[in-house]
Amino acid sequence: MVFINKNTKVIVQGITGHQGAFHANEMVKFGTNVVAGISPGKAGQNVNGIPVFDSVEETLHLEPNATMISVPAPYVKDAFYEALDAGIKLIYVLTEHVPVHDSLEMISVAKTKGVIVIGPNGPGITVPFDSKIGIMPNHIFRKGNVAVISRSGTLTYEIVKAITDSGMGESTVIGLGGDAIVGLSFTDVLKELKNERRTKAAVLVGEIGGTAEEEAAEYIKSEFHKPVVAYIAGRSAPPGKRMGHAGAIITRGKGTAESKIKALNEAGVEVAAYPQDIPSLLKKKLQ
Amino acid sequence: MNLYEFQGKELFKKFGIPVPDGYVIQDPKEIRDDIFPVALKSQVLVGGRGKAGGIKFADNKNDAIAKATELFSQTIKGSKVKYILVERKLNIDKELYISITIDRGKKRPLVMASAEGGVEIETVEESKIYMHWIDPLIGYSPYLSKMVSKKLNLNSEQSKQLSNLLKNMYTLFQTYDCELVEINPLVITKEGNIIAADSKVIVDSDSLFRHKDVPVNLDDLTDLERIAKMQDYSFVELDGDIGVIANGAGLTMATLDSLLLHGLKPRNFLDLGGTDSVDIVKNAFPLVLKAQPKIIFVNIFGGVTKCDTVAQGIVLAKKEYNINLPIVVRLNGVHEEEGRQILKDNGIDAFATMPEGVAKVAEIYKGVH
Repeated sequence: MVFINKNTKVIVQGITGHQGAFHANEMVKFGTNVVAGISPGKAGQNVNGIPVFDSVEETLHLEPNATMISVPAPYVKDAFYEALDAGIKLIYVLTEHVPVHDSLEMISVAKTKGVIVIGPNGPGITVPFDSKIGIMPNHIFRKGNVAVISRSGTLTYEIVKAITDSGMGESTVIGLGGDAIVGLSFTDVLKELKNERRTKAAVLVGEIGGTAEEEAAEYIKSEFHKPVVAYIAGRSAPPGKRMGHAGAIITRGKGTAESKIKALNEAGVEVAAYPQDIPSLLKKKLQ
Repeated sequence: MNLYEFQGKELFKKFGIPVPDGYVIQDPKEIRDDIFPVALKSQVLVGGRGKAGGIKFADNKNDAIAKATELFSQTIKGSKVKYILVERKLNIDKELYISITIDRGKKRPLVMASAEGGVEIETVEESKIYMHWIDPLIGYSPYLSKMVSKKLNLNSEQSKQLSNLLKNMYTLFQTYDCELVEINPLVITKEGNIIAADSKVIVDSDSLFRHKDVPVNLDDLTDLERIAKMQDYSFVELDGDIGVIANGAGLTMATLDSLLLHGLKPRNFLDLGGTDSVDIVKNAFPLVLKAQPKIIFVNIFGGVTKCDTVAQGIVLAKKEYNINLPIVVRLNGVHEEEGRQILKDNGIDAFATMPEGVAKVAEIYKGVH
């Protein structure tokens, strides 16, 4: 497992919102230790038994060490700095449409403090069945030894379920986020997985835009010796068009699926033609 | 949000970046008497305007009116010319390149400068481009301009001008949440002045809530994409003939890719997003129908979006919009069996896996084609 475990104490910033309340409850059902929620002006209330506070500072007696931020995009930066100032060590941002300059600044500051940032605009992180911070559906997981690192949401669930249905299971599943600027790269996570015992193989779910997959391929070639398979979405995407995610865009000839597939193949990573081919590629590698 | 050159230059003026004297017209009658000779520059959001004949020069008013009339009648790479920027023609000595963009991998603003301006930067040899990554927590500092000036071989007077220009560019980049501020060419005139002959500014669309003064340009979208945007659908028009409705950007892309691997060309990208609303599903159909596909493929992995909700939306749409086209649906995830039953009861093919769904689309396509 990486980044989170059974002892991770989670707070939810924006817990009284529709999304915050629903997913906080799902997290509790999964087994996550959700110790508090934040919603300014709503201290004293509770959401499905989770106590609500006005600020992160007022939850510190509960010793939280991770937060899920689910507030509207214009308020994310403030919520982020509130968590950072309170000493929270892992910050996951669910919110979509966070201005990219806000992300640049937040992630730069977090780095100076050694704080891990997951997202923005991703489904979070799940370690079956120790802890889950985020919005991945509870029913798709089985505890196992395949790590999944992805830039997508729904496509991740599709692939995780295919792995589970095939009889295998997952060690850690992490959604990096669909924005152009996100906290963690594929390479950052692979570095954590390198010596992590539970993980025997990794799946990269990439997409068009940026060069994170190419950089991961370089790292895999030289440093990462566990089997890796991949899927890359956006082979059919035209250049210059944003395919849903802010980060899924081919700009000035950079970020094409071909370039990513080529780099991964050169690093010995097999790239599945269809998402549902991932389990059979994994089984082949793990034999 | 892509800005037109003249809009970018208005921001340049606001931030003290020198631009040529000029004005914008929407009609040849608006040509003024005072600035000649002029460059008449068609305002379009697509690149490669010069090569496409979108820039003309004129020495006097009659000439300018004739040439403006000609430009307004043109389309440049499919875009109609609505505005022409009329600018004093520069006495060009040298053409340079300078830009600030965001490097996704390094998570830093990237300054690029080259002595070889006036051509697309992608065509310039990398060794001839100076690159510097700005730490966002430090921001601009004058030493950066000194390095850029040296790489561009500027004299001391020009270095002074460049120092102001780069400082102001970075302030603009930060203040207006820009994804790109590019000046190409950055001209050194024969009189020795540094001046932004062109502008390319892209403002982050997600930041527009704090930039109410930034114009909303939708001219780089197709008509259908504009309609979709107003209805808050994530939609991209493509040139095939299979209509696609899916949930999640990654899964929607994977759906298009899977179709293509079967030799089927998608007509569109439509991501329903993470909602559980019958109406959002239902209202996606008229949009896809407007694109006149031959088949509609709906591919859903249910989580927050539940499969029975999607099924209800499809059934309602089929009735309400009288859809006679074949609809193939793949439903997997939360409430999938309920969803597939609803569809079966209404005569719609529903499958549990994506390969089965795509195979069915391929089979039907053979029949209708």
